[in-house]
Amino acid sequence: MQYHAPATVKDAVKLLAGSKGNTQILAGGTDLLVRMRSGFSEPETIIDIKRISPMCKIARDGKGFSIGAAVSSSEMSENAALAKAWPGVVESAALIGSTQIQGRATIAGNLCNASPAADSVPAMVAAGAKALIRGPKGKRKVAVEKICKGPGKTILKKGELLEAILLPAKPARTGDAYLRFIPRTEMDIAVAGAGICVTLDAKGVCTAARVSLGAIAPTVLLVDKAAKALVGTRIDDAALDALAAACSAAARPINDKRGTKEFRTHIAGVLARRAAIIARDRALGKV
Amino acid sequence: MFQIQVSTSINGDDTEFSCEADETLLDVLRDRLGMTGSKEGCGTGDCGACSVIVDGRLVCSCLMLGAEAQDREIETIEGMADGTDLHPLQQKFLDHAALQCGVCTPGFLVAAKSLLERNDDPTEEEVRYWLAGNLCRCTGYDKIVRAVLDTAKDMRKPAKTKKPAAKKRVKA
Repeated sequence: MQYHAPATVKDAVKLLAGSKGNTQILAGGTDLLVRMRSGFSEPETIIDIKRISPMCKIARDGKGFSIGAAVSSSEMSENAALAKAWPGVVESAALIGSTQIQGRATIAGNLCNASPAADSVPAMVAAGAKALIRGPKGKRKVAVEKICKGPGKTILKKGELLEAILLPAKPARTGDAYLRFIPRTEMDIAVAGAGICVTLDAKGVCTAARVSLGAIAPTVLLVDKAAKALVGTRIDDAALDALAAACSAAARPINDKRGTKEFRTHIAGVLARRAAIIARDRALGKV
Repeated sequence: MFQIQVSTSINGDDTEFSCEADETLLDVLRDRLGMTGSKEGCGTGDCGACSVIVDGRLVCSCLMLGAEAQDREIETIEGMADGTDLHPLQQKFLDHAALQCGVCTPGFLVAAKSLLERNDDPTEEEVRYWLAGNLCRCTGYDKIVRAVLDTAKDMRKPAKTKKPAAKKRVKA
């Protein structure tokens, strides 16, 4: 196996495009090293992106935040401006694994790992995040919900890597939240998860919403019907009931050791409902 | 297969080693540098027995390649005591009998040190969440949590006489 630690994105793309056989990008390594140890992945080349300084930074401009692909979830939690603007996204990243894991794990890696149960992905999708992809032909921006094709599979082409996650500037009276269900309080993988982002008008009526569900389909879903249940309402009980019903209707989960189809279908609605209340209260400035 | 030459700092000592590209930092510490204080429990980042601090951040050394250590500052359990003077956390672990078989202990000590460096007055809940990535199958955790809280209390008290964090020189 070869190990490369390029200093620029350009060099990383060049290495990636020119590599033969199994080539893996190393960001936090919390999935890759586990896969290597268990024999699921036997890379011939590893490209470590943590020496590329722009990819290790959280940058903010008028368009929002750019979170470099090598930024750890701990660094996200410690960034006060990011945590204030997008608490749902930051909290979702802070749910992944232990202190040790959070010191290394990245949301870009969480996305590229393409697990349907990835905690940060529904939160990113709800927030309207885009993935900045760099490849031999230049840059492209793709909505986060379009990155994963199925478990372990992404749309990234040969030579392409994910450079950063782009979060938009948060509109006024907007709040986001992510909740997941696990059978204990910490250190587990989501049985189901729900990310919600809502924008309200001055009277508290919802003008825009995005609802995303995790671990209830082969990929994280953006559920437009569920978002429509909130738009035009004050996110009251009737709207929340409609939201929960739409989320349960959209769920097409599997049975596995973490949960049954029936449980996941039900809990997807419950989580969406609870996350919507938090997102609404954040938009109202209550929390 | 060529080996990678790595220059790094371990417990304040400039250290050089060669390793294979797929070798973890834990393997390098234990098998190449003879620093066997960091333990391999699971090898997959679940148990925390291999915890070390890299550039001020707590990580599992089993989930990091040795090659990634280039130009980093690494702190391991071997750097915790100052010669024969134990770090306050080590002493409190003894006082509270916060260990039985001891395999998880280096990881708990390194993780607890990293917590107290950030937060000198953690609540019990904060201690438990911070240490959630460190598994102990002997003690039931309670004595460990008490030892950490007691250390924090003591370390806050004599601010004037507080000794700087111990750094032991370790031969590479």
